[in-house]
Amino acid sequence: MESCNCIEPQWPAEELLMKYQYISDFFIALAYFSIPLELIYFVKKSAVFPYRWVLVQFGAFIVLCGATHLINLWTFTMHSRTVAIVMTIAKVLTAVVSCATALMLVHIIPDLLSVKTRELILKNKAAELDREMGLIRTQEETGRHVRMLTHEIRSTLDRHTILKTTLVELGRTLALEECALWMPTRSGLELQLSYTLRQQNPVGYTVPIQLPVINKVFSCNRAVKISPNCPVARIRPFAGKYMPGEVVAVRVPLLHLSNFQINDWPELSTKRYALMVLMLPSDSARQWHAYELELVEVVADQVAVALSHAAILEESMRARDLLMEQNVALDLARREAETAIRARNDFLAVMNHEMRTPMHAIIALSSLLQETELTPEQRLMVETILKSSNLLATLINDVLDLSRLEDGSLQLDLGTFNLHAVFWEVLNLIKPIASVKKLPVTLSLAPDLPEYAIGDQKRLMQTILNVVGNAVKFSKEGNISITAFVAKPESLRDPRFPDFFPVPSDSHFYLCVKVKDEGLGINPQDISKLFTKFAQSQSSATGNSSGSGLGLAICKRFVNLMEGHIWIESEGLGKGCTAIFVVKLGILERSNESKHPFMPKVPAIHGQTAFSGLKVLVMDDNGVSRMVTKGLLVHLGCDVTTVSSSDECLRVVSQDHKVVFMDVCIPDGFEVAVRIHEKFTKRHERPLIVALTENTSKVTKENCMRVGMDGVILKPVSVDEMRGVLSYLLEHRVLFEAM
Amino acid sequence: MEVGQMQRTWVEYTKSLFREGFLDGQFTQLQLLQDESNPDFVVEVVSLFFEDSERLLNDLTRALDQQIVDFKRVDAHVHQLKGSSSSIGAQRVKNACIAFRNFCEEQNSEACLKCLQQVRQEYCLVKNKLETLIRLEQQIVAAGGSIPIEELSFQGYKVKL
Repeated sequence: MESCNCIEPQWPAEELLMKYQYISDFFIALAYFSIPLELIYFVKKSAVFPYRWVLVQFGAFIVLCGATHLINLWTFTMHSRTVAIVMTIAKVLTAVVSCATALMLVHIIPDLLSVKTRELILKNKAAELDREMGLIRTQEETGRHVRMLTHEIRSTLDRHTILKTTLVELGRTLALEECALWMPTRSGLELQLSYTLRQQNPVGYTVPIQLPVINKVFSCNRAVKISPNCPVARIRPFAGKYMPGEVVAVRVPLLHLSNFQINDWPELSTKRYALMVLMLPSDSARQWHAYELELVEVVADQVAVALSHAAILEESMRARDLLMEQNVALDLARREAETAIRARNDFLAVMNHEMRTPMHAIIALSSLLQETELTPEQRLMVETILKSSNLLATLINDVLDLSRLEDGSLQLDLGTFNLHAVFWEVLNLIKPIASVKKLPVTLSLAPDLPEYAIGDQKRLMQTILNVVGNAVKFSKEGNISITAFVAKPESLRDPRFPDFFPVPSDSHFYLCVKVKDEGLGINPQDISKLFTKFAQSQSSATGNSSGSGLGLAICKRFVNLMEGHIWIESEGLGKGCTAIFVVKLGILERSNESKHPFMPKVPAIHGQTAFSGLKVLVMDDNGVSRMVTKGLLVHLGCDVTTVSSSDECLRVVSQDHKVVFMDVCIPDGFEVAVRIHEKFTKRHERPLIVALTENTSKVTKENCMRVGMDGVILKPVSVDEMRGVLSYLLEHRVLFEAM
Repeated sequence: MEVGQMQRTWVEYTKSLFREGFLDGQFTQLQLLQDESNPDFVVEVVSLFFEDSERLLNDLTRALDQQIVDFKRVDAHVHQLKGSSSSIGAQRVKNACIAFRNFCEEQNSEACLKCLQQVRQEYCLVKNKLETLIRLEQQIVAAGGSIPIEELSFQGYKVKL
């Protein structure tokens, strides 16, 4: 019994200590037992606790500790072996569990700490989201305000209402003290106060538009804070005590209909702006927030659009009213015209029969009278009667023709006819009169003018005769020249007459006839009246105008029917005049038309072989020029002979030469052309004559045409151009470059 | 110098002549006319141009030296010179001739003399340039290369009267 656990208290003074230890142990055990109970209680209450089994472990550890301490109580006094064993077991168990728990805690505690950090992060995130929510909410508010404002603004098409509503709504939404709109005046130099929120009828304040603060606002497309002291912001007397409220200004583009072009949609280039000024209440210490500025900008844009819609609507309403007025007027005019036409037709019907009958009687009987025996005086009188009645008959016929032309009831009698013969006949008809007046008349027909054509021969002749007749009638002296040639469609497009669109085609050609005289001439201002019916120029000095005033009007109608154009040029009184007309005639296709051996069957624009061996003659007195032209033609494959003077040219030229290029600046250049024409009378023997010139004037070209040249080329000419020219020339046998 | 470099020099030189207005599109046309059947075309034309121009310039000097100047003759000579220079593409000479002709019409002998100076100057300049160019071409051909005309991509050099 050495291991008796009776421990004799050795020091009686230690009894106090032991008593305290006893009590402490008791309390410790108590505490240790109650802690797990508390834990269990609170854990049961909390819904989430991930480490339950840790708790169990911990609980076990504590319970055992408590048990140990409890059992300790018994060891203060004498105790039995059982107690000792129990104690030992308890202690061992406690040791095991506590070590396990310690090990476990190493694992658990970091986790728990990280939970803490995660919690912190989540808290931050929550705060952030809160802030964002706040922002979104304000944005949504702004959006709602804008939508509402827009709705109000756009619900009306009346300008004033739009602007007034804008100001009212803005004032309400943003709780403004004052809100004003300045519009530019008509002159664009000033801004005028047009609308305000508080004042009903704003007095017409104006400020010049060139102020720096205004320029600043106009040059920026955002709302700009401006000083409350600047002229646009000081529209009412300052009512507050301390500080006027902050002022913001924004530009409102005044869009115009023409600004809405799809192409430059993103940039609205507009110069006119109105100015919207918004003032916060004074003494309120309020500041403009970003979302409020945004709101203002958006509203300004919407106002601009709404205003432009209103403007567009106004304009279209105005246009529609105008159109309606015009419609009514046109209707009236049409009805009046119809009445007039009916009246005229009735009149003409009367004239046609009633007037012709007596006319014929007079003419017939006068002619018969002429055949009888008459004294000279009587003969004279009868001749006068005859002449006058012929004239009258012509007048009546003309008038009738004209009215039929205008009705559109006249149609051309198309047929094949000899074009050259028409001109010769006109010449024959006019030669007697002209020779009496001693006016030489020359006729030149271009060599490429077709002999036969399809058209209305009678009316063509009538037209030519009329024009030539006028030339003879209104000339007291000078030459009269008639030229006829085939006009190239491009040269017909005259900028003075934009309605004339000649369309080239394979079955038609355009005949151009020019009649030039050196007679009385016409005042350029009267030219436009020439073609009007019955209009005679008041300033005909000699008064010998015996025209009925209808001739040219009829000609114009005929020419128009032939899809052509007629006009007169004159440099003034006494300077002669030129009458030109162009008409469209059909080409007669003849199967036995002689084809030129070099008529290119292949497109001769490319390929130099089209001209291989083509014999040409080049006449130029400038050595370098001659060499260059020769080189050019040799390069294209031609067989080139060069001469440097007109005599040499005439000596050398022969039937074999197909083209003669001559520099017309040399003396006698034109003479050569005439001589060549004389030498080769038959058309197919004569070489084509082309002038080379540096001069682009009309005079040169006319001279060339006059002497019978087939074409004109401008120097210096390039290889490609020469190639094109040669091929065109050989195909068409004429080339007059468009001016 | 090897052929490629000479060709590049030639191209640069020619381009500079066009840029500075000494030559215009007509000269290109001449160059295009030169081929195997006509290998010396440009040289021939240029030599003829030199001969002609020297003769004309001398004639002009003599004509303007007279007491009483025969402006018609002077004009005729200048016209010839203008024709030659425009045929060959010597743009500056041609322009000087045009100015010369205007003064001839006005019968202003002072101005005519000045113009003659101008024309002579331009002629000398273009003569030098052309001689250099021809020398370059001969060197290239002698070295076995060919004249790279296609390298002068022309756009808008053509001057139409």
